[in-house]
Amino acid sequence: MTEPLLSKEIINCGSIERESIPSLSIDGLSRHLRESVQNGQRVSALFGIPSLEGEGVEIIALLADDAQGRLWISRTHLQDKRFPSLTPGCPQLHLFERELAEDFGLEPEGHPWLKPVRYPQNPLGGELNQKPASIGIQDFYRVEGEEIHEVAVGPVHAGVIEPGHFRFQCFGEEVFHLEISLGYQHRGIEQALVGGPNQKTLHYLETAAGDTTIGHGTAYCHLLEALTDTEPPLRGQVLRSLALELERLANHIGDMGALSGDVGFLPTASYCGRIRGDFLNMTALLCGNRFGRGVNMPGGVRFDLEDDSLKQLIKMVEIGKQDAKVAIELLWESASVMARFEGTGTLAEKTARQLGLVGPAARASGLSRDIRSDHPAGFYRFTHIPLSSWKTGDVFARAYVRWQEIQQSLHFILEQLHNLPKGPVDSKVSQLKPNQLAVSLVEGWRGEICHLALTDEKGHLSRYKVVDPSFHNWPGLAYSLRNQQISDFPVCNKSFNLSYCGFDL
Amino acid sequence: MVQILIHILLLVIIPPLFLGIINKTKACFAGRKGMPVLQPYYDLAKLFRKKSVISRTTGWVFQAGPVVTVSCLLFAGLMIPFYRINPSLSFYGDLILFAYLLGLARFFTTAAALETGSSFEGMGSAREVTFACLAEPGMFLGFLALARLTGTLSLSGILTGVSLGAGTLLAPVLLVAAGLFIILLAENCRIPVDDPNTHLELTMIHEVMVLDHSGPMLGLIQYGAALKYFILGSVLVDILLPDSNQFFLIELGLFLGAMGLLSIMTGIVESVMARLPMRRVPNLLVAACLLCGVGFLLIGR
Repeated sequence: MTEPLLSKEIINCGSIERESIPSLSIDGLSRHLRESVQNGQRVSALFGIPSLEGEGVEIIALLADDAQGRLWISRTHLQDKRFPSLTPGCPQLHLFERELAEDFGLEPEGHPWLKPVRYPQNPLGGELNQKPASIGIQDFYRVEGEEIHEVAVGPVHAGVIEPGHFRFQCFGEEVFHLEISLGYQHRGIEQALVGGPNQKTLHYLETAAGDTTIGHGTAYCHLLEALTDTEPPLRGQVLRSLALELERLANHIGDMGALSGDVGFLPTASYCGRIRGDFLNMTALLCGNRFGRGVNMPGGVRFDLEDDSLKQLIKMVEIGKQDAKVAIELLWESASVMARFEGTGTLAEKTARQLGLVGPAARASGLSRDIRSDHPAGFYRFTHIPLSSWKTGDVFARAYVRWQEIQQSLHFILEQLHNLPKGPVDSKVSQLKPNQLAVSLVEGWRGEICHLALTDEKGHLSRYKVVDPSFHNWPGLAYSLRNQQISDFPVCNKSFNLSYCGFDL
Repeated sequence: MVQILIHILLLVIIPPLFLGIINKTKACFAGRKGMPVLQPYYDLAKLFRKKSVISRTTGWVFQAGPVVTVSCLLFAGLMIPFYRINPSLSFYGDLILFAYLLGLARFFTTAAALETGSSFEGMGSAREVTFACLAEPGMFLGFLALARLTGTLSLSGILTGVSLGAGTLLAPVLLVAAGLFIILLAENCRIPVDDPNTHLELTMIHEVMVLDHSGPMLGLIQYGAALKYFILGSVLVDILLPDSNQFFLIELGLFLGAMGLLSIMTGIVESVMARLPMRRVPNLLVAACLLCGVGFLLIGR
């Protein structure tokens, strides 16, 4: 039980007065985070805001207690630029601290690997600490010795994928260490959201990570509804969750195809590519866009589902369900595929817990965390989707968890389509409450999407923080490659399938 | 004279066709229409019209690589009979020359790859050479078994001498053929050893070595790949086709039909199984050696 003095509870999709968050000393926050994480909680977000008093930086930390289904928020006020790093006591903070150092020119002393994250041109803290480093130019961790060689991959890749740089330290075919350097896609989304919300805000967030349009869109809408005390009508909430599950289906099925493509197994690769398209078309039936752009709006959804479309959608889901079953079950029956999946890229539960992994990658390592059941919001408060997990933490586990989730989502969608409540689909959103902090967590297909917003005294956004699941999971990929064959990197990478632009924002 | 001309024409013109057949088979399995069977020819025509971009870090070996490779393969092809069409070149012990011509081709491909100084290509070269070390003994054992069976040491004698049917030992020939089929897949970087279609540099064996080649040089490399498949494929077809004394045209048809079937089989293997984990590839190649070795023992009994 966390002492009330250390943090204040907040519910998912809820807001509290900014001033009511307990303020700790930096040492107090460090101890609090360390102890909470040791007790099974995890850090959902840690970010800075320019202090209200004008001097220094305020750091806000959001802790998630998944077992209890509670969220805790605390803050600290930093006058000095230097402070003792929190990372040594709590490894999952290391990227958050690097981000803080880069955005506000802070100097966490004792940080084990302090480097830029995104190389921003206009950081949130206003002025740059020093001249911005050229993107990707930095020292990498190096292993030296005979027969050690270094392999650099990217940022330009052979396939049509996003840019990122991977530096392998190899001993023959074995990988000793992998360092991932991103930031090539940094667009300054968080900076652009300050002063909103306006007409552009939703579109910025829908494009935060192109394959998670509905996930990020839903998170933003939940946040705005929390800041305006709006409850969307039930039909709107159901349609929104249908869109989210359709996005999960399309991406998971695409991933199954891509995974089998990477091991050279053609049948599933070809069929899943087509079936993914079918599910994208179903999303288009909801809103006219295959990737779900414009399905969400604060207060509900933008389009109602007509009766004709409903019938058509049910039919399409039934067909898609059959097709997916045939194509994907072929994988588990093929010995040659299992030989590639099993025991490849194993991530131990302990490592996954320490790194604070989220989503299917965490569940494949045996962690039970799923926002839909731990911190339900929206329609997930009224229904229950069983959590899918597996123990082994290898590529097979990450594929198999996806397959389980595909089945659960299909079941959920069909059930809701047959019992769609009547009524309106949206409600009016009023002015935002001033001086608030609101939290919204959504289980996107890749994992926990965390949005936090602070409003100023006029009810405008003074800070909007986005934590894409990729931000938590990239270090997981690096760790899963340790002592693996370098030729297994592509299939490991695909089994995580993380977003570059969701990380870079 | 006419036969020699036909032999050379077949060797030079027909190889890309069979890559086209493999692609078509794979497309059928994937439920796609697939590219035209003649697409490899169109690709070659396209590449030979282009200009090559050559990295500044490379020297003459890089440019010599594709040329030497294709020359070696053409030379090696001259020694292989295509069913009953006798080879243009044949002498006692030419199977040693054959094996080392393939080795020389490989040496130049890997040397050209190393010259680029890229870490990928170095990795690919290391893999290629490692796996070749395991594939070569298999091929030698196979040839040795067949040489013992026919009592001759020239490729044309061996390959026209062995045929399935009355009078030959069935078991050893089938064992050797199975071993040679695995070596065919490995040498031509097909699934389950390598994936010719992948774009993932880190998993490639052969493809990664030719990443820096472009234009006519890439065309030569692709033509070389087709040649290699055709040559090794005809070795297998020669062994497996039954003896015959038919008309020339029927024999030609039989040969082409068998090569087509072999390509369809390769396509099916690629369609129904995934690639092996790279650390297991040696196991497969050792299995190929064993198959040929057991065939050899059975004959020597």
